[in-house]
Amino acid sequence: MSSIVAESDVQPGVKQRIRDSRLVQEAQPILRVYVRNRPAVVGAALLFGFGIVAAFAPLIAPFDPLDTNLSRETVFQAPSWGHVFGTDAQGRDVLSRTLYGARIAWQIVLAAIGVAIALGVPLGLLSGYIGGKLDELVIMRVVDAVMALPGLILILAVTGAVGPSITNTMIVIGIVWSPGYARLTRGIVVSIKGDVYVEAARALGASPARIMWRHLLPNAIAPILVLASLSAAGIILVEAGLSFIGAGVQPPTPAWGGMVSDAYNTLIRRNGWPMIGPAGAIILMVIAFNFVGDGIRDAFDPRLRNVR
Amino acid sequence: MGSFLIRRLAQGIVTVVLASILVFFVMRLIPGDPALLLVGTDASAEDIEQVRERLGLNEPLVQQYFNWLAGAVRGDFGPSFTKGTEVSNLMRVALVPSAELAVAGYLFALAFGIPLGIVAGLKPGGPGDYAATGFTMFTLGIPNFVLGIILIWVLAVLLGWLPITGRVGIDEDPVEALKFLVMPMIAVGAGTAAVLARFVRASIMETLNQDYVRTARAKGLRERSVVMRHGMRNALIPVITVAALQIGFLISGAVIVEVVFARPGFGSLLIGGVVGRDYQLIQGMLVVLVTVFVVVNTLADVAYGLADPRIRVG
Repeated sequence: MSSIVAESDVQPGVKQRIRDSRLVQEAQPILRVYVRNRPAVVGAALLFGFGIVAAFAPLIAPFDPLDTNLSRETVFQAPSWGHVFGTDAQGRDVLSRTLYGARIAWQIVLAAIGVAIALGVPLGLLSGYIGGKLDELVIMRVVDAVMALPGLILILAVTGAVGPSITNTMIVIGIVWSPGYARLTRGIVVSIKGDVYVEAARALGASPARIMWRHLLPNAIAPILVLASLSAAGIILVEAGLSFIGAGVQPPTPAWGGMVSDAYNTLIRRNGWPMIGPAGAIILMVIAFNFVGDGIRDAFDPRLRNVR
Repeated sequence: MGSFLIRRLAQGIVTVVLASILVFFVMRLIPGDPALLLVGTDASAEDIEQVRERLGLNEPLVQQYFNWLAGAVRGDFGPSFTKGTEVSNLMRVALVPSAELAVAGYLFALAFGIPLGIVAGLKPGGPGDYAATGFTMFTLGIPNFVLGIILIWVLAVLLGWLPITGRVGIDEDPVEALKFLVMPMIAVGAGTAAVLARFVRASIMETLNQDYVRTARAKGLRERSVVMRHGMRNALIPVITVAALQIGFLISGAVIVEVVFARPGFGSLLIGGVVGRDYQLIQGMLVVLVTVFVVVNTLADVAYGLADPRIRVG
């Protein structure tokens, strides 16, 4: 914290020079605050675990996730040492499918956030920097309108209509989430674009593109990171819902939402064991993202608490 | 207050109009001829042309939008492509079960979330606080449809206490209707209950740290009246907005829960439309849901403006 206070006393010209080393200097106190936050550390460890599982699923999974075995004895097995989460209606190993599901989850979260940032951040930068009517009457009104809509329903209708697939799911979620990034970035740009160092850069003849990229964007990176980790939890929930209804990732690809749906269809006729793995994975990953998001937010700056 | 109301109302209308444009054109971007959907693939070219003419599909897109909007304002959303009736009829039938579930879920959320938050906020670190924190953590992590399925598994399949899925009208047999409503109600309301509990807890902790509470204690008031008269009343005002804003999320969250419990409401209708690629149905429903969402959120803002005069300026 002390480094931030001290920094505001430094002359603006010098401010720019220390920026390069600042990243390194600031990372340490941030990390120190983060590590003291126990849930945040647990969350990070869980996400790291999910990452390892996703990366090495073929090595870790005891069975092929798509390998069916339809004999009477091999379907609907209760959890045992051979099949820790049991087997599903088609005799597939639920543990293996759950582990592979981590791949799908990470893939969708990263891609959707990527799309949201790629669309929202430049829009927010431009809108905030240019300002005027385009900013206030056009771009921000559209952003408000999209943000006022019930996200899940919008995503559901659009992905259902354009045809469900992993790619469509990622793109549509990303688009629906992007206004949040635009609004956040724009707010930061508006609050700092009158600062002396921005004026100085302009006076030195820097192009608008360069000012936005080199001088405005770096200020927005921390809040964007916080928003990203918090929106990840929401994206997992929405994706699970989509795949559950059949409007997201299509079977037999092992997405957690789809696996819960399969398990639900046979719950009454047989048993609910195949649900434990995917349902538990969704819950753990969402909680982990929430913990990490809160942790990053508090570590970067307590003032960011309203970022959501 | 007057200008605040007008400004908020204008914002709401702009949002609904923008949303309707968005919905309409996104639906039109989707490949496939709606006329073909309506008459089936084995119809003759003339039949298809006739239907296109009747639906106004040969007119320019912008003209089509205004035609549709003019109908929508009067509650006419055109014919459904797959269900053989008007979209407005379908929605009217679906409204009652959905409203029933939304109201029940919301009441559950209020009745469960607010007391939980109060208990937690009055004694931070106490057993009530731990229970509340555990509940919020778990509920914010679990998708509502998964919670619904777990309830079905435990309460209906294993214990056999409640009927599994379906619905009985509350006017037909109130007791039976409530039995069908319990599990979907919890599934829909739990997330909102968690949000409320967390917010109430924070609000109470903050209020009890205020100077006027210290003053009330210092002048020798009994703890009970400090908490009730000075703490609670001020702590619960901001809860109004949060509680009202949750209604919109609750309604959209109910969509999937309805499908899980096979309740014939908006959710089941919408998902039927998505599966059958019934654009007319989807776009009509989306606009109605968006309007409900915006109206509720606007009312939430206005309610907050009424409760706390400081907000009106902003």
